[in-house]
Amino acid sequence: MRRREFLTLSAMSIGGVLFYSLDGKPSRLFAQTEQSIRIPLRFFTQSEALIVAAAASRIFPSDETGPGAHEAGVAVFIDRQLAGPWGRDRYRYTQEPFEENAPAEFGYQAKATPRQLYREGLKDLKGFNELPPSEQDNLLRKIEGTLFFSLLRRNSIEGMFCDPVHGGNIDMIGWQLIGFPGPRMSNYSDVDKHFGEAFRPKPVSLRQMSKNYRPSEDEE
Amino acid sequence: MKTLPAVDAVIVGGGWTGLLMAKELGSRSGLSVAVLERGVARDSADYPGTMDELDYAIRLHMMQDLSLETVTVRHESTGRAWPMRQYGSFLPGTGVGGAGEHWNGICPRFLPDCFELLSRTIEKYGSKRLPADHAIQDWGVTYDEMEPYYMRAELMLGVSGKAGNIKQKKVVGGNIFEGWRSAEYPTPPLKIPYFSALFNDAAKGLGYHPYPSPAANLSEAYTNPDGVSRSACFYCGFCERFGCMVGAKAQPTNTLLPLIQQRKNISIRNGASVRRVIYGASGSGKRARGVTYLDEKGEEFFQPAELVILASWTVNNTRLLLLSGVGEPYNPQGPNGTVGRNLTHQVAIGAATAFFEKPLNRFMGSGAAGVCINDFDGDLFDHSGLPFLRGGTLLAMSMGYRPIANFGILPPSVKAGWGSDWKKAALEYYDRTGFIGFSGEHLAYKSNYMDLDPTYKDRFGDPLLRFTINWGDNERKMVEFVTPKAVELARAMGAKEVSSFPGLKNYDANRYQFTHIQGGTIMGNSPESSVVNPYLQHWQVPNLFVLGASTIPQNPSAHPTLTVLALTYRTADSIIDRYLKSPSPLA
Repeated sequence: MRRREFLTLSAMSIGGVLFYSLDGKPSRLFAQTEQSIRIPLRFFTQSEALIVAAAASRIFPSDETGPGAHEAGVAVFIDRQLAGPWGRDRYRYTQEPFEENAPAEFGYQAKATPRQLYREGLKDLKGFNELPPSEQDNLLRKIEGTLFFSLLRRNSIEGMFCDPVHGGNIDMIGWQLIGFPGPRMSNYSDVDKHFGEAFRPKPVSLRQMSKNYRPSEDEE
Repeated sequence: MKTLPAVDAVIVGGGWTGLLMAKELGSRSGLSVAVLERGVARDSADYPGTMDELDYAIRLHMMQDLSLETVTVRHESTGRAWPMRQYGSFLPGTGVGGAGEHWNGICPRFLPDCFELLSRTIEKYGSKRLPADHAIQDWGVTYDEMEPYYMRAELMLGVSGKAGNIKQKKVVGGNIFEGWRSAEYPTPPLKIPYFSALFNDAAKGLGYHPYPSPAANLSEAYTNPDGVSRSACFYCGFCERFGCMVGAKAQPTNTLLPLIQQRKNISIRNGASVRRVIYGASGSGKRARGVTYLDEKGEEFFQPAELVILASWTVNNTRLLLLSGVGEPYNPQGPNGTVGRNLTHQVAIGAATAFFEKPLNRFMGSGAAGVCINDFDGDLFDHSGLPFLRGGTLLAMSMGYRPIANFGILPPSVKAGWGSDWKKAALEYYDRTGFIGFSGEHLAYKSNYMDLDPTYKDRFGDPLLRFTINWGDNERKMVEFVTPKAVELARAMGAKEVSSFPGLKNYDANRYQFTHIQGGTIMGNSPESSVVNPYLQHWQVPNLFVLGASTIPQNPSAHPTLTVLALTYRTADSIIDRYLKSPSPLA
């Protein structure tokens, strides 16, 4: 057993949001109380999680257009995905021979799992979270062409817009940014109306519809 | 190996075709029927509360587990093949209902001349116009013969749509190019969301003939001739890659399974992985004796049966025949062999991506809600000055767009791929982007086929199926021709920026383009050039039938599910009305 590591989300930066913990229990953080939440990590070490959180925040920044990866809890999301079946290639065909340099039109043919790609890729970003934003961006530009970066970018988008049950999109903050209402049951009376104008019903999440839903990362 | 008590019919695969055949045979003939399905049991009650884009649409929760078995792909018969290690160009389903659970429900018929493609093309253009290495064939059945079966399939599904040709009379508002229909659709068309409505107006303005896509997603509550009732679509936008929460989208579990569950003479065995069709000499011919399978615990069984019916989708139907040594494997260099020939994959591209000023509210929709034009389909436009044959459908669907898959699709003017500038643009365009799709014909070529891979194996140590597949110049030139038409439509819809499909190069196993892989066990008029006869009965083994898109000789432009169901009804009738009375070759 490895030492239990935690990522701390502070209420100051993500104040007033609803967050689902590992056992699916919701906790609400309030900025006013300066409360913070310590989230147990499933895959990353604490220093890896801080680097991933910082890098995801440069990919999907919190800025004048609204909250970003930080408030959405993208690092927590990625940690859970890597710990789950996706991170270990549970559903990928992994028989040899592998091929590192297959043409792109045959898809990814190499051996490394997402977990291994992250662990290797993060080695090049040591101390990343301590750097000023402009230097962080320079460093990311250097690795832009790597498979690790494209995974990190893809996972950041997933963590922004997944159902909150997966640990990202805390309080549906990503959905609110783009006006996506989540798994809303019926648009029957609206689908052929609102032409040319934004129709933005209040979002709902899976936990509000069903208490029993079990996300794939919780599979054994 | 344990030998089980014999059944009258064993069906391999519990998807659309397998369950339809089970229901028809079981309810109309009284035969004992065993359906062997290697995936999980499913029920229409499984789906409420599963509208999770990440697990279902991105991680592909309902698809086959590739760690157990996949296919390998290469472009030409001299190259090496790579396994499809993660999903790419197609998404095969598994479990009861198969891919019929998580389809979109787009439900067109094929154009009449598709069934006689070789003779009609030669008749009009002469054989010189055909590509040099084509393998195009007539099906051995005509549209007129298929029409009643199309109608039955539409009535079973409750297809929502607007007819454009009733008994050869053109009907305004429907698809005037479609083959004749004996009656109007069972239910009226779905509602038309904003993006599709813009396309409808633009297409009319350009002189085309738009019509609402036929949909297996019900526009209103409906009870089918089997007495199965389903409710209307709520336009939640979670169709493709999901089971329907309310049962509005026709799926095997909400149309066929309830009837099957009522019958004692039909059983479904889950976790049953069929490995071989067992067959041998019998009297003057050959006979299938049954199939062998492994259950979930790895125990092997022999299931004897009087009738063996393969209904396990294109890939597995073909692979089972090859692994079982039933028929001669196809070899592009050799004169003989038919099993594996005529591999095709519908040409499916995002022809134009349109970026608008106004929001589209595109989270609202349904898998088959939208507007299509067939003005560039089949031979409906003049090809005499064109460097290709055939064509396809342009579609402006409003399937309901979800954020993980669609965030960050940006016009060419935006250069950033991450960071603040990217985020700002991506937020702006997220709900201002629409796609005009094109689904086109893939002709059959001698060089595109399936055989067994010499290197890669499945979990049992059996060779994987190997695809040798590439596009021909015909497909590339067809796409070059149609892409500017889609761009013109996008501009007419008021898009301020449009990006277009860059063109077909090599077959891209990594780009999703619908799951309409066809061929391998094709039907036809002659045992020299096809695996099954026009009743889908094996030419050499008369008590073996093969169902599904593996029997389609070349890929028409339209989505195949409805046709596959119509063919299954036709085969069910042939078995019940003719074969059971006199078990012998039907053709």
